[in-house]
Amino acid sequence: MTTMPLTDAALEAALRELRVEAPAGLAFGALVATGLADRYAAIDTPLGRAFVAWNGRGVSWVGRAPDGVTFESRFRAEVGRDIAPATAVPERLATAISRRLAGDRRVRIPLDLRGHTPFEVAVWMKALEIPRGEVRPYGWIAAEIGKPRAVRAVGTALAHNPVPLVVPCHRVVRSDGMIGQYSMGGPDAKRRVLGSEGLDTAWLEAEAAAGHRYTGSDTTHIVCHPTCRDARRVTDRHRVMFPSLAAAAAAGYRPCRHCRPVSLSAAAA
Amino acid sequence: MDTDAALASRLASDLEAGFPDLVDQHQDRLYTIALRLLGDRRDAEEVAQDALVRAFRAMQGYGHDRVAALRLRPWLASIAVNLARNRRRRADDRLPPSQLEPLLDSGFDIAVDARSGPEHGAARRETQRELALALLRLTPTVRAAIVLRHVDGLSVTETAEALGRPEGTIKAQVHRGLRELRVALEVDAAQTRPTPTRTHAARLLPALEAIR
Repeated sequence: MTTMPLTDAALEAALRELRVEAPAGLAFGALVATGLADRYAAIDTPLGRAFVAWNGRGVSWVGRAPDGVTFESRFRAEVGRDIAPATAVPERLATAISRRLAGDRRVRIPLDLRGHTPFEVAVWMKALEIPRGEVRPYGWIAAEIGKPRAVRAVGTALAHNPVPLVVPCHRVVRSDGMIGQYSMGGPDAKRRVLGSEGLDTAWLEAEAAAGHRYTGSDTTHIVCHPTCRDARRVTDRHRVMFPSLAAAAAAGYRPCRHCRPVSLSAAAA
Repeated sequence: MDTDAALASRLASDLEAGFPDLVDQHQDRLYTIALRLLGDRRDAEEVAQDALVRAFRAMQGYGHDRVAALRLRPWLASIAVNLARNRRRRADDRLPPSQLEPLLDSGFDIAVDARSGPEHGAARRETQRELALALLRLTPTVRAAIVLRHVDGLSVTETAEALGRPEGTIKAQVHRGLRELRVALEVDAAQTRPTPTRTHAARLLPALEAIR
């Protein structure tokens, strides 16, 4: 039935014919693993369905979009890499993201932040330190990363956060206590995310409107950001509100070692 | 090879810009090498992809001159061969060889040559399947030499480089491999002659079904 290749030449020719084409997904898989292309899938967030993109280096992009195709085209335009849908977020990454969204700051999520400045990355890493359900002013980030005058640049960096929710830029608010802008859909979306973390944003904004920037305890003489977990343990009877850190200092209060309030310059917006 | 030298120098000056071309130009041969060494498509896909990723990471750590001087064909082949060897060791831990062999998948149906007519194709498919199975029964050392030298088409020098063995050794192993393949195919042909419709692959099928 078959002609047996008996000569070396025939055998060698038959061996050459054992060459096959690589399966369709192999090349793209290699590009994703090396961070030269990305995959994405939908995830549930406090703002509803969002899309997360990742590659072999980590999570590269999080965004809301009406559909996957829109997300893809935004990603290509913004990041400049190819992207293709995955059936689901890999289990380890999905678990890490949902634990992070639930407030577990110890969970490590690899992030692919190539192409961003060291300043931007420093701002985002600092935002990661803000506990769930708490907020800090832009000026606090600026001071903490050693650039106290770069408040406006901090705001810009947060607006350019490629991985919102994963890096909680929503926990950074205006230095006057107002909610401020949010890249994932404006102040209302920011209120919703903070609300989902258990923060009463109406209370926060009312305090801000009343000029209350810091919360002190007249038993400990420690002054905090109003959303600091220590500040929220102070009972009504012992709570003292201050318009500035200078006023608190004048009254003999020292800054909290957990939330580390700093003096914010008048220029801080 | 000229295109490889040009690609290596592009990779040296901009690894990320050149790498998609490397993937494009080498994915089929790396997949073929892994498939013919391991016999399993899924393992082969993982090995080939892993080989590309490891090549990328290695080049990230090399200086410009070292990347520019890479002989990509043997170098990439050596990465794939090493990964396939490690994978086979793990596979051997899982299953005794007697159970492993019937599971071997010649992977031939993807190799159908569209240019040949249907009858010619069917006959050749049988030969190819038997050849692929015979290849998997060679010792790993001889199989690697045959796959690189005659399936992938590296020169003796490149095969020696990829496998880290002297050229004389490669020549001897290739010679031995060809002889063993010829014997295997002749034996198959002799056994098949009384009942021409029952090929070796067909006889293997019940065993395959029983294990799955």
